Amino acid sequence: MRKAEQLVQGVLQGNRRSIAKTITLIENNEPEAPKIVSVLYQQTGKAHVIGVTGPTGSGKSTLIEKLIRELRRRGKTVGVVAVDPTSPFTGGAFLGDRVRMQEHSTDEGVFIRSMANRNATGGLAKATKDAVRVLDASGKDIVIVETVGAGQSEVEIVKVSHTVIVVLAPGLGDDIQAIKAGIMEIADIFVVNKADRQNADKSLSEIQAMLEMNTEKKGWKPSVLKTTALTGEGITELLARIEEHKEYLKKGALEASRKDQVETELVEAIKQKIAESMVEDLKRKGEWEKLKQKILAKETDPYSVADRLLRKLRRN
Amino acid sequence: MSTERKIRVLIAKPGLDSHDRGAKIVARALRDAGMEIIYTGLRQTPEQIVETALQEDVDVIGLSILSGAHKVLFPKIMGLIKEKGIDDMLVFAGGIIPHEDIHDLKKIGIKEVFGPGTPTGVLVKFVQENTRK
Ligand SMILES: Nc1nc2c(ncn2[C@@H]2O[C@H](COP(=O)(O)OP(=O)(O)OP(=O)(O)O)[C@@H](O)[C@H]2O)c(=O)[nH]1
Ligand SMILES: [Mg+2]
Repeated sequence: MRKAEQLVQGVLQGNRRSIAKTITLIENNEPEAPKIVSVLYQQTGKAHVIGVTGPTGSGKSTLIEKLIRELRRRGKTVGVVAVDPTSPFTGGAFLGDRVRMQEHSTDEGVFIRSMANRNATGGLAKATKDAVRVLDASGKDIVIVETVGAGQSEVEIVKVSHTVIVVLAPGLGDDIQAIKAGIMEIADIFVVNKADRQNADKSLSEIQAMLEMNTEKKGWKPSVLKTTALTGEGITELLARIEEHKEYLKKGALEASRKDQVETELVEAIKQKIAESMVEDLKRKGEWEKLKQKILAKETDPYSVADRLLRKLRRN
Repeated sequence: MSTERKIRVLIAKPGLDSHDRGAKIVARALRDAGMEIIYTGLRQTPEQIVETALQEDVDVIGLSILSGAHKVLFPKIMGLIKEKGIDDMLVFAGGIIPHEDIHDLKKIGIKEVFGPGTPTGVLVKFVQENTRK
């Protein structure tokens, strides 16, 4: 356990090598990872976590680079976790987000880490969340998480964020469809990036119209603004919006959203622990393969098996 | 849940080269072999490369260079790698590097040097065999 203690100490002191090593342990799901995370957990909650999501190529990484630049100018330290998909066929991944942020790679006040989602649906969210925690515990003022797309897993990750920014760009076609498909609820701020492009205003007014229709949402009203990440235009306004949202959260909503986060995470943790131990148990007893065979032969199905296991667990 | 290790590789472009076709081919081949590739983009200083390797905690660093500046840049990079204590990472180089320089590069810790025509399969095998995963 000495190694774990050293890592924790290193992370708390902001040591870059320790931060990097700790994140590796977490993403590899090494045996010492849960212990480290639970110790670090006590030291988290200070950073403002910003989730940046949206379709491929909308300019998320370029925008984050500009955010880092401005935040640094204001004396804030920044951590970034950039998540890219793992190829379901080869298990490999090309992690290209940081190319756009390399100017900040030697800045002591910035730590950037690329992560592949490793095809784990629930696990993805957990490793990313824990990496965010490590950066938080290491003393970064702001932690930014980049994820691509509009799928369920992104929605999951975004739950770690205090402020969620959805970055769209004109001409990306199904943007509006994507929003309707579920990203709508998670966005605190919409950005139409590539404002230098012709139809940016059209996208802007489409989103505006959509936001106006959505009168149900109480409290914070998501808004939309234009940026040109290439030149940095609109970044000051975006940061002002983020700041407003942070202020809004301070007035109570943060407490509620933290409670939500704790709840989701507790549910996840329980699911994972119980599922793990049940599966291990079945494997140890040599029943795992038999059950799989039975399901394949259509003699039973996963849900019936799960029901039976649960009943057995309850009896004990 | 069981542990899930992956080989993480940094593909870095030191110097002032203006294109990165070769680096991208290598990146793609390694990715298709199931590795996670972090790419730096063009025109990276030795400091940027080594700091990126450290933050990304990679297992392997691949340096790709065409400009002929390897004699200056590679010793700098290897020096920084030592200084930062990450010399357990496997380093290989590729691109346009004269044969007579290879010996010196190996002496400073670069494990292997691959010429422009190297089949990607050779590279993949090299990385797999030299990382314990
Ligand atoms: N014209 C224009 N191009 C931009 C702007 N912002 C980003 N781009 C370009 O759009 C492309 C994609 O930018 P990225 O920042 O990599 O986009 P991303 O959303 O991070 O992409 P993924 O991570 O692959 O989903 C790059 O070629 C950028 O140079 C902008 O404001 N205007
Ligand atoms: Mg990106």
